[in-house]
Amino acid sequence: MRKPSALGRVYMVLIFSFMYVPIAVMAFFSFNASKSRSVFTGFTLSWYKNLFRDEMILSALGISLIIALVASVIATVLGTMASIGIHSMHKATRSVIMNISYMPVINPEIITGVSMMLLFVVAKTWMGGKIFGIPTLMIAHITFCVPYVIFNVSPKLRQMDVRMWEAALDLGCTPTQAFFKVVLPEIMPAVLSSFLICLTYSIDDFIISYFTSGTVQTLPIAIYSMTRKKVSPEINALSTIMFVVILSIILLINARDSRKPKAESLRN
Amino acid sequence: MKLKSRICAAPYLVWMVAFIVAPLLMVVYFAFTDGSGHFTWTNLSGLSQYAPVFVRSILLAAIATVICLVLAYPLSFMLSRLRASKQRIMLMLVMLPMWMNFLLRTYAWMTMLEKNGLINRFFGLFGIGPFNMINTQGAVVLGMVYNYLPYMILPLYTIMVKIDDSLIEAAEDLGAGMFYKVTKVLLPLSLPGITTGITMVFVPSISTFIISRMLGGGGNLLIGDLIELQFLGNSYNYNLGSAMSLVLMVVVLLCMSLTNQLDSETKEGGVF
Amino acid sequence: MENTIVALKDIVVDFDGEAVLTGLSLDIHDKEFVTLLGPSGCGKTTTLRVIGGFLEPKSGNVFFGGKDITHLPPYKRQVNTVFQKYALFPHLNVYENVAFGLRLRKVDEKELKTRVLEMLEMVGLHGFERRDPTTLSGGQQQRVAIARALVNHPKVLLLDEPLGALDLKLRKEMQTELKRIQQSLDITFIYVTHDQEEALTMSDTVVVMRGGQIQQIGTPVDIYNEPKNAYVADFIGESNILSGVMQRDFSVEFAGQEFTCVDKGFPKRALVDVVVRPEDIQVVPAIQGKLSGVVKNVIFKGVHYEIIVEQAGTLWKIHSTQSQRPGEIIGMNIGPDDIHIMNKMEG
Repeated sequence: MRKPSALGRVYMVLIFSFMYVPIAVMAFFSFNASKSRSVFTGFTLSWYKNLFRDEMILSALGISLIIALVASVIATVLGTMASIGIHSMHKATRSVIMNISYMPVINPEIITGVSMMLLFVVAKTWMGGKIFGIPTLMIAHITFCVPYVIFNVSPKLRQMDVRMWEAALDLGCTPTQAFFKVVLPEIMPAVLSSFLICLTYSIDDFIISYFTSGTVQTLPIAIYSMTRKKVSPEINALSTIMFVVILSIILLINARDSRKPKAESLRN
Repeated sequence: MKLKSRICAAPYLVWMVAFIVAPLLMVVYFAFTDGSGHFTWTNLSGLSQYAPVFVRSILLAAIATVICLVLAYPLSFMLSRLRASKQRIMLMLVMLPMWMNFLLRTYAWMTMLEKNGLINRFFGLFGIGPFNMINTQGAVVLGMVYNYLPYMILPLYTIMVKIDDSLIEAAEDLGAGMFYKVTKVLLPLSLPGITTGITMVFVPSISTFIISRMLGGGGNLLIGDLIELQFLGNSYNYNLGSAMSLVLMVVVLLCMSLTNQLDSETKEGGVF
Repeated sequence: MENTIVALKDIVVDFDGEAVLTGLSLDIHDKEFVTLLGPSGCGKTTTLRVIGGFLEPKSGNVFFGGKDITHLPPYKRQVNTVFQKYALFPHLNVYENVAFGLRLRKVDEKELKTRVLEMLEMVGLHGFERRDPTTLSGGQQQRVAIARALVNHPKVLLLDEPLGALDLKLRKEMQTELKRIQQSLDITFIYVTHDQEEALTMSDTVVVMRGGQIQQIGTPVDIYNEPKNAYVADFIGESNILSGVMQRDFSVEFAGQEFTCVDKGFPKRALVDVVVRPEDIQVVPAIQGKLSGVVKNVIFKGVHYEIIVEQAGTLWKIHSTQSQRPGEIIGMNIGPDDIHIMNKMEG
């Protein structure tokens, strides 16, 4: 391991400044007494207070959270079951399914959004009535989340010792019992991390939701309309709050991860 | 026993066909039909008038990708050579902006690049400017680079971490100077990371409509903008929009297979 | 006549089009320590898995205590398995691993505790109840695996090369342990290994396998002293195998000389395989030997010296407690009892 040269350090600082200055600027101006985005006139917390009273934002946040939770649960269950099924398939079938599942991941989001919108439009003309909204959002979110579950859980399944499954059967488990008692605990870390990934992608999704939400607003969609219409620093306040929340979560996860090895050595 | 477990995948398979395969087939269907459902080539042929837009999108995305590569390469290398504990912190710092909502990140640049924005005011302190920065192609490229730089840093870093110091030292031992070290050792070994990074920057860049809308104004339309207009915007032509989407998909597939040619190693599906 | 507890009849197993077992029939007697012995790929593990229920044969039947269990899944058979890599459940501690099978059968909590602790005691893991199995050594993990299987009181225990990953000293200790456990519990052990010494040490009956077929079944002594063919002779212990011609009863010609032997009943002038164990060759001064040759190499093996001798184009292996000097010419004598004649192997 080499220490970076002075030039290297300067370079790193420059790049990281480039990445963080806009965020810092947004935070700075969230406390601005005036609506100006370039002149700081005075310190105030009023924009934050307005944010907590803003109906549109609050309901959008609520919808984002509910969709993220429900979609993530469904996607995780669906994806885990799929991984198990795919695991026992012939190589040929498996690779076809994996390739198709890979499409929402690798396709530009606008394509996924637009294609689902077309599907819903066609479905609407067949079934009639109002389907754009929560139902379509839910379906869309589940659809782009499941592949991540499959790609996370499948490797864990492959790594698992087949003999453990056989040992469970040998000791008297029916296949279903063996799954719940032995396989599931083994793949649980992957299942949980997939769930978290789904939550993250769902809360943060804009493009796909934009095409499948109809008139319903998720948080990113609400943010988009804010950027188009209002020029209020409320948006700065929202940005700063989101940054702090994300930072805290990442710090928490890191703290938990670095404590884990110590816990394991204590056990012995 | 095997049969039973294969059934587990059934619900997903139904879902997959209904919501991944069918929608894409819809796109194909709409691309090749007109408003009344008859087969037609006019959607595709009608795209020729938008050729400048396609070219612009590819060009800007390519420029952004190259810039990201050039910026990220040295950074990723330096990161990979840091002490392990420092690496974790730095990685966190790289990933943090990724978790921020990308609309907000783009909006931040919008405010900074405005005529009365922070940057112009800063230049104003020295009596320079004001520069016309927003609503230009440059602003769009800047937006792309800013948003997708971490997507280039991470794959490069992941690969470089695996390149052991001893390889570079061996090259030095055999007489390689900086130029050879980079071109003969580092570049070939980091190729898988480069191709992954290129894909992860180019694909979203070429298909964005937010960045071009917020930073490019109305005058710098990209493919994404056109498509959005057909579906939710004023133009309202699903067939034309589908044709555009189809072409976009083909362009993306072409570029991906090109980069895969560069990297002859077989990779496992997924970058996770 | 012992009871036959497990019987296999004409078992055929295919893997991806390749035939692994081509009509195997075998009777396992109750309360015996039976070893399936052979090189990798001979089908011994496959046979074990058929008995355990993890592999359904393409055709043929498996009988347990007289009943046909061919299509019965593993969780319904009164058989338990000790896997090669232990297959312990990492998310459960030692106690829960061992208790696993009992819990499934809803054994009463008090009885469960007694049986688990008893079993841990029996395998020498007293006090290890709360340990995380992934932190145990190979030998300890092996014992947990054995305890986990035996606590369910199976009629038959299947062991798939369980000692393969252990170092030599530990392996030998465990071999004695396993034999002791089998005798004290008085149940049938079906053991799979490629290590012939292991097989000879522990077994009541050895089944030598090759290419999906049984070559010979017998006690260790029988197999060692009376190998049925050159393959078995070569696999068990070390041997010198040469081609020879049976001149007449009790007389065989090989290595250019005629020897008196104890076999008869072969057709006149029949081509046969002659097997002589390295430890059965007497080294004498060159003039006194029926055969004589040049010492090519001497290797110290601790228990004996291994001496390689070239005699008229054939390389002989001799085990002796006396060393010889490379380059010396020595004489070799072989007594009639030490010459084993068998029919020529096909293939």
